[in-house]
Amino acid sequence: MKRSSAMAPYLLWIVFFTVVPTLLVVYYGFTQSGPEGTHWSLSNFTRFFEPIYLRVLWRSVYLALISTSICLFLGYPAAMIMAGRAFTRKNALLLLFVVPMWMNFLLRTYAWLTLLERNGFINLILGYLRLPSLNILYTNSAVVLGMVYNFLPFMVLPIYSVLSKIDRRVLEAAQDLGANSWTVFWRVILPLSLPGVVSGITMVFMPALTTFVISRLLGGGQFTLIGNLIEQQFLVVGDWGFGSAISLVMMLLILLSMALMSFFEGDEREVSLW
Amino acid sequence: MTETIVQLKEVSKLYNETAALAGINLKIKRNEFVTLLGPSGCGKTTMLRLIGGFEEPSSGDILFEGKDISNVPPYKRKVNTIFQRYALFSHLDVYENIAFGLRIKKMNGAAIKEKVGRMLDLVNLNGFEKRNVDSLSGGQQQRVAIARALVNEPEVLLLDEPLAALDLKLRREMQHELKNMQKQLGITFVFVTHDQEEALSMSDTVVVMKDGEIQQIGSPEMIYNEPENAFVADFIGESNIIDGVMLQDRLVEMGGEHFACVDEGFDPYEPVDVVIRPEDLRLTSSQGAKLRGVVRSVTFLGVHYEMIVEADNGFSWLVHSTLMEPVNTPVGLELEPMDIHIMRKAGKR
Repeated sequence: MKRSSAMAPYLLWIVFFTVVPTLLVVYYGFTQSGPEGTHWSLSNFTRFFEPIYLRVLWRSVYLALISTSICLFLGYPAAMIMAGRAFTRKNALLLLFVVPMWMNFLLRTYAWLTLLERNGFINLILGYLRLPSLNILYTNSAVVLGMVYNFLPFMVLPIYSVLSKIDRRVLEAAQDLGANSWTVFWRVILPLSLPGVVSGITMVFMPALTTFVISRLLGGGQFTLIGNLIEQQFLVVGDWGFGSAISLVMMLLILLSMALMSFFEGDEREVSLW
Repeated sequence: MTETIVQLKEVSKLYNETAALAGINLKIKRNEFVTLLGPSGCGKTTMLRLIGGFEEPSSGDILFEGKDISNVPPYKRKVNTIFQRYALFSHLDVYENIAFGLRIKKMNGAAIKEKVGRMLDLVNLNGFEKRNVDSLSGGQQQRVAIARALVNEPEVLLLDEPLAALDLKLRREMQHELKNMQKQLGITFVFVTHDQEEALSMSDTVVVMKDGEIQQIGSPEMIYNEPENAFVADFIGESNIIDGVMLQDRLVEMGGEHFACVDEGFDPYEPVDVVIRPEDLRLTSSQGAKLRGVVRSVTFLGVHYEMIVEADNGFSWLVHSTLMEPVNTPVGLELEPMDIHIMRKAGKR
């Protein structure tokens, strides 16, 4: 009895801010409103499968994949260094990764805008060094840069948390059984850290796939991603039905990829920020 | 048989200026079961880790079959270790855990299968091949750890308190099995423990350690019967340790009385520790006994009673006897000259 009454505020929260909005999205996605009234329809979905929209979807997936891979290749070594026994300033480095997250995401992305400008800070420095200037603002590269910059901590932290929990004795046992450092990494450290890698990938790939702020600021609006498309439908075009349909497709994609990830994550190991 | 396989020469290990090991000299013979025994923090695990290659000595040499291996990394040593908490690979099943070392040696599948199968027989884990190691009991995990080390046919097996996490009954069983395996396989075992009973029952040689130094090296019987100092006497079994003065050869004074003993070679009037095992004290009538006291407590321990007898001078004697006197009875204590062990005071060497 007591437990259920304690649950009430959370239940209310979930109902009002998750269940009801989701149902609304489903409702708008599967209906078509016209002058003659509202009726059930799949036309919003069929419309999404037109080439112009599929291209947007493909570009979103492509950029999110690239950003996730870069985050993984930058983040894994960083996490390893931080979790390493030899590294004594791990708290300082951890702080360096976390501190930017204390600041507003929008502000940080705006900051890149001024850094990357034609006459921005970076080109100023390059000019002094008599190097060719860098003009990547409003290109795919800038969008990827923004994603990597914003989402890198979400890759590093889960991997770090798994790596730092690996018992040193297990690594010694591997050495004891004849494994050199390289073999220890491939046969023990990497497999044991997979849950962290999986949750890192999930936590970078999902927001990268659906972001609309980064692409709008750094992509200059020329490179519409799926997030921008949804935003447009709701705020500019006013086609809530189509916007909802795209959202549902994205939800489905995300659920599918999460199912795929948890399949790789293996059975009972549950070490992540999820 | 008497060939030395591992030798430590003047080995010291410092951690941040404090010595974990100081001036260790030790020879381990081939096929010997050597136990490093001592309280926690005495350096026994550090010594094992030095032999295993997980630590480098601050000074001194470690020889393996006569060659210095101080700077050889662990994966190149013909030594395998069984870790205290087993340190199994939780991402691999039982079979792959045991096969780990063989896979690294790039042995072919059939040979691995045959060797792992033999190990599973040895440690009694047939049918557990595909089990997840986390789903095994402590005893089973221990067996996997043993199999994983032994399958590589090491020359020396290092065991770091391998039975510490097991309950008493399982512990006894595993002690027995380990000892049998050692005899069967003819491998040198270096076994670390803080449990003196375990050390005495399993070893050919016991190395008693304290504060990073070796106190005594000898067979279990020697260590128990002829402890070299009061620490060893107290650590191996229970003892009464009394201050005494050596009056002359074979005569010691303690508690104001003179006792005949069998020790010689002390300076006249040298202060000494007199060690008397509780089972060597006999209860007699208080009349005319040199040692007198009053029974203060009696505990029944199955085979014998444990009594505390408070002497007139306040010293509490620990007495083990199959006979019992009730609390508050005045009693006398008798003992034979050969049961009086005289030891030099610590730091007097």
